[in-house]
Amino acid sequence: MTLEIGSALTIGLILGTVIGVAAMLIWVERRLLGFWQDRLGPNRVGPFGLFQVVADMIKIFTKEDWTPPFADKFSFVLAPAIIMTVILLSFAVVPFAPNLGIVDSNIGVLFVLAMASLGAYSVMLGGLSSDNKYALLGSLRAAAQMVSYEVFMGISLLGVVALSGSFNLREIVLAQEDMWYVLPQFVGFVIFLIAGVAESHRLPFDIPEAEQEICAGYHTEYSGMKFGMFFVGEYLGLVLISSLITVLFFGGWYGPAFLPPVFWFAIKAFAFIAFFILLRAAIPRPRYDQLMSYGWLFLLPLSLINLLVTGAIILNSQ
Amino acid sequence: MTILFYLASAIAIISTLCVILQTNIVHALIYLILSLLAVAVIFYVLGAPFAAVLEAIVYAGAIMVLFLFVIMMLNMGQHTRDQEKSWLSARGWIAPGVMAGLLLVQLLSVFAQIDQDLSGQRIDVMAVSGLLFGPYVLAVELASILLLAGLVSAYHLAKK
Repeated sequence: MTLEIGSALTIGLILGTVIGVAAMLIWVERRLLGFWQDRLGPNRVGPFGLFQVVADMIKIFTKEDWTPPFADKFSFVLAPAIIMTVILLSFAVVPFAPNLGIVDSNIGVLFVLAMASLGAYSVMLGGLSSDNKYALLGSLRAAAQMVSYEVFMGISLLGVVALSGSFNLREIVLAQEDMWYVLPQFVGFVIFLIAGVAESHRLPFDIPEAEQEICAGYHTEYSGMKFGMFFVGEYLGLVLISSLITVLFFGGWYGPAFLPPVFWFAIKAFAFIAFFILLRAAIPRPRYDQLMSYGWLFLLPLSLINLLVTGAIILNSQ
Repeated sequence: MTILFYLASAIAIISTLCVILQTNIVHALIYLILSLLAVAVIFYVLGAPFAAVLEAIVYAGAIMVLFLFVIMMLNMGQHTRDQEKSWLSARGWIAPGVMAGLLLVQLLSVFAQIDQDLSGQRIDVMAVSGLLFGPYVLAVELASILLLAGLVSAYHLAKK
């Protein structure tokens, strides 16, 4: 069995793995949170509570899928589909191993950024179409947060692009054979990490859905599988950000030779997923204005200075 | 690739028509985003991947988000929909229809003189940026000054 780039088998395999991992994360997250908070977490269904995912799936599929009569039906149904679509499309350009990936695109980095910016519509349309004040507040917050952090996300990547001289994610990994970019681009890595949490609106930056303040934010009115798509979409976003950090800053599939490359990719990506979950357990949510001023007054100048210094060093060494 | 081109063009035209005919402003905006994405696909097929992805990031991803942001804050209700409906009368179509027809004739006559097929060469990111920071650097700087002026005046208006 050979896996070629772009074959139907590869696409199916990657799609299945990614969605499967995202679904398993529901259980992984709750268990890890339990571990860090000194409690058990779900451990009743199956060995170690592994089948909790199946139970959750059955529950979410059989729940009443209710569309409020006052909602704008077209955008209400469209919104959860957008987030799933754009995140799954982003995986198309991610190189998982030397010969494993879907597309080998020369505009890979830009494609991911484009998909991330389209993802903002999901939360905005979801909140707007719900015709509910909490949902609207949530999506207003989401819009401002996602548009702002997209900027720093893009600029923080430019250092990596300048060092490798390519927008192609596969070539970026190949350029890291001798040294991972986390060393020369440590500032860019930290900014990308923070912006990544904000883009996938996970805790501590889950301000659009802060349940203590605004119910559940933009998905207040959602139920059943439509809510499930927002839910799984969030985990997919987590997997995507972890994979991107692995590819851009941690040498993708490179690692000591005793394990096949794809395992190294999985190990690194999972380490970041676990880190994001730990972040959720450890840090409280900032206030909305704190988030915005932190972004524009601290992260933006920092990422610009990082780009400037990187450019100067590259020019000097030529 | 040719099929993809015609498909994307058809989507662009139909969704732009839907933008005009829609009375619900949010739906109209979704069709506009679709139209912009279709134009991005056209760029890609024509061999300009950088322009395509910028179209998706800047127009579909950033500018339209701001449009939607404003619509959210204005809280359009049923009365705007009725107003839109009253504006879309049959008589309102005559003058724009004639002008669009004239433009179409002009475009077709220009296209008739150009003899080029779809298989143009791909222009990658390097080539575009080489042009932007080479012969066109003055235009880029002027555009950035214009944007800065817009930014400053928006800040001033917002402070009032």
